[in-house]
Amino acid sequence: MSEAIPAETVLDVKNLQTVFFTNSGLFRAVDDVSFSVRRGETLAIVGESGCGKSVSALSIMRLVPDPPGRIVGGSVTLEGTDLLKLDDAAMRSIRGNRISMIFQEPMTSLNPVMRIGDQIIEAVRLHQKVSSKEAWKQAVDMLRLVRIPEPERRAQEYPHQLSGGMRQRAMIAMALACRPALLIADEPTTALDVTIQAQILALIVDLQQRLGTGLILITHDLGVVAQTAQRVIVMYAGKKVEEATVESLFETPLHPYTRGLMASIPAVPSPDAKADVRLVEIPGMVPSLTRLPPGCAFAPRCKLAIDRCRQEYPPLDEVKSNHWAACWRAGEMAEAS
Amino acid sequence: MFAYIVRRLFLMLVTLFGISVIIFVLLRVVPGNIVDILFDAAGFVDPADKANLERELGLSQPIVIQYLHWIGGLLHGDLGYSYVSEKPALEEILPRIPITARLAGLALLFSASIGIPLGVISAVHQGSKLDYALRVVSLSGLSLPSFWLGLLILMASVSLFSTMPIFNPNPKTWLEALTIYAVPAMAVGFRSAALTMRITRSSMLEILRQDYIRTARAKGASEASVNYRHALKNAVLPVITVIGIEAAFLIGGLIVTETVFNIPGIARFLVEALRWRDYPIVQNLVMFIAVVVVVVNFIVDMLYAAIDPRIRFGD
Repeated sequence: MSEAIPAETVLDVKNLQTVFFTNSGLFRAVDDVSFSVRRGETLAIVGESGCGKSVSALSIMRLVPDPPGRIVGGSVTLEGTDLLKLDDAAMRSIRGNRISMIFQEPMTSLNPVMRIGDQIIEAVRLHQKVSSKEAWKQAVDMLRLVRIPEPERRAQEYPHQLSGGMRQRAMIAMALACRPALLIADEPTTALDVTIQAQILALIVDLQQRLGTGLILITHDLGVVAQTAQRVIVMYAGKKVEEATVESLFETPLHPYTRGLMASIPAVPSPDAKADVRLVEIPGMVPSLTRLPPGCAFAPRCKLAIDRCRQEYPPLDEVKSNHWAACWRAGEMAEAS
Repeated sequence: MFAYIVRRLFLMLVTLFGISVIIFVLLRVVPGNIVDILFDAAGFVDPADKANLERELGLSQPIVIQYLHWIGGLLHGDLGYSYVSEKPALEEILPRIPITARLAGLALLFSASIGIPLGVISAVHQGSKLDYALRVVSLSGLSLPSFWLGLLILMASVSLFSTMPIFNPNPKTWLEALTIYAVPAMAVGFRSAALTMRITRSSMLEILRQDYIRTARAKGASEASVNYRHALKNAVLPVITVIGIEAAFLIGGLIVTETVFNIPGIARFLVEALRWRDYPIVQNLVMFIAVVVVVVNFIVDMLYAAIDPRIRFGD
């Protein structure tokens, strides 16, 4: 390792590059992205669909489907080990053990023909030498920990007998069964009812703090970010365009894309507001990753774009203390605010 | 569940009744009966003798009476007498059943034990050379009629070993029994194996894209565990359906295979009996086959519920 990693850093991702080879050409789903997560910290990754958030997560897990995807550069250092250098068997002993992942769709992420308990047991017994009886006890304890009522009975049931919220709790139980150092939650509440969303989110954060787990929360919901994360990175077209603490980001968003995201959060209208207030949107669409413009990928949609934006990709600069943005005009915006 | 089984059993009876009517009517629609055939062979026909014989065999009675007579006997366990051998039909049929049952069982075992693993391998290595090779083999299995494959095997064994497998009704050892049945079972089971493989492959490809497969990988499960423990158990339902249907289709393949390999099972016997319009044998054999098919279907449905917890047969 060329440089020392601070002791409490759980995960350190450096210059990660993941590409996909498709019929319409090669595209860089994750392009030179770096970030780190400390123990007990929550890092949010924000962006639109297709910006590379999920592929970043799958790259850390080394679960990018190959073909068509491949990690072509960078390093992913978990607790001092570069995961990209491990062989398959060593990587399997890390997955589900030191890093776990919760997926977006609780309805389809559990195996329909296996009992809930057996699916949790599997996660335990893959990584710990325990008897099946002891593992079953652990599975029931995990279900109790994620506040599933009657855990003994639920462990005997199949996924279709549980509601979406219950299934996501079971997924969390499974992910945390081996007390991982890092938990990746990929839009864990998107598929759930709004009332359940808050409960699940609170549960994840509570358990994360109790167990001291590092958490990467992938979301497109800035409201969720404000509630749960300490630091945020904003991704656009495979690149990291802004990174900051939550306070700094919400106080002075420096990248026009981040500003656009914040402006497009629907607000509850005040009683005296006009009835037909139109929701603010970011004009245009995410560019096709196989045909990116030469300069900043956001320039075609950006109201502030200048000629330079269309020619040169802006570097990711620390515009304010602990606040990085990749925008030629970030400095101006920092001063204006 | 109990009510479901009772309902299924009732439906099975209705199905069997329908089949009995169809086979009975069809047999009599086919031109000629055993008396015609016998007298044709003799050349000279005395109409009085012919009428006598028809009356003796009960063929001159109205068709409804004949049917009721057959079904009434069947319900009492009386299958009547073979027109050809004049022995009780039961005595003719019973000893032949184990021969065909062994052959069919071995063929199904062969098709499942070859078709399912190869289907999984083919799906897991989708797009590889191995996958293409396996798909060509399975396509050939679907395209080769079993009688032709049987003949090829016979020719090959004659030219390679200067002999061919001869059926022995009383094999001395297990090994001998296995060799007697294995070759014809493979000849008839190759098609089923090929079909099983293709269904397993496509079903596996579908399942391997599911989210819970990714979950299993994220837990750190090995590829073998992902493929066989997580994927195959989900992918096997359509395969079981196909094997169930194949069990019924097998009888068609067995007719030619038993003929080619000269095996005295019920399939070949059925064709011989049909040639002589030996009504008691044909009717009862078809009913026996129908019972087997209906029961296999029932077992397949029960297996569904056993494998997939989402399928529960309620009331």
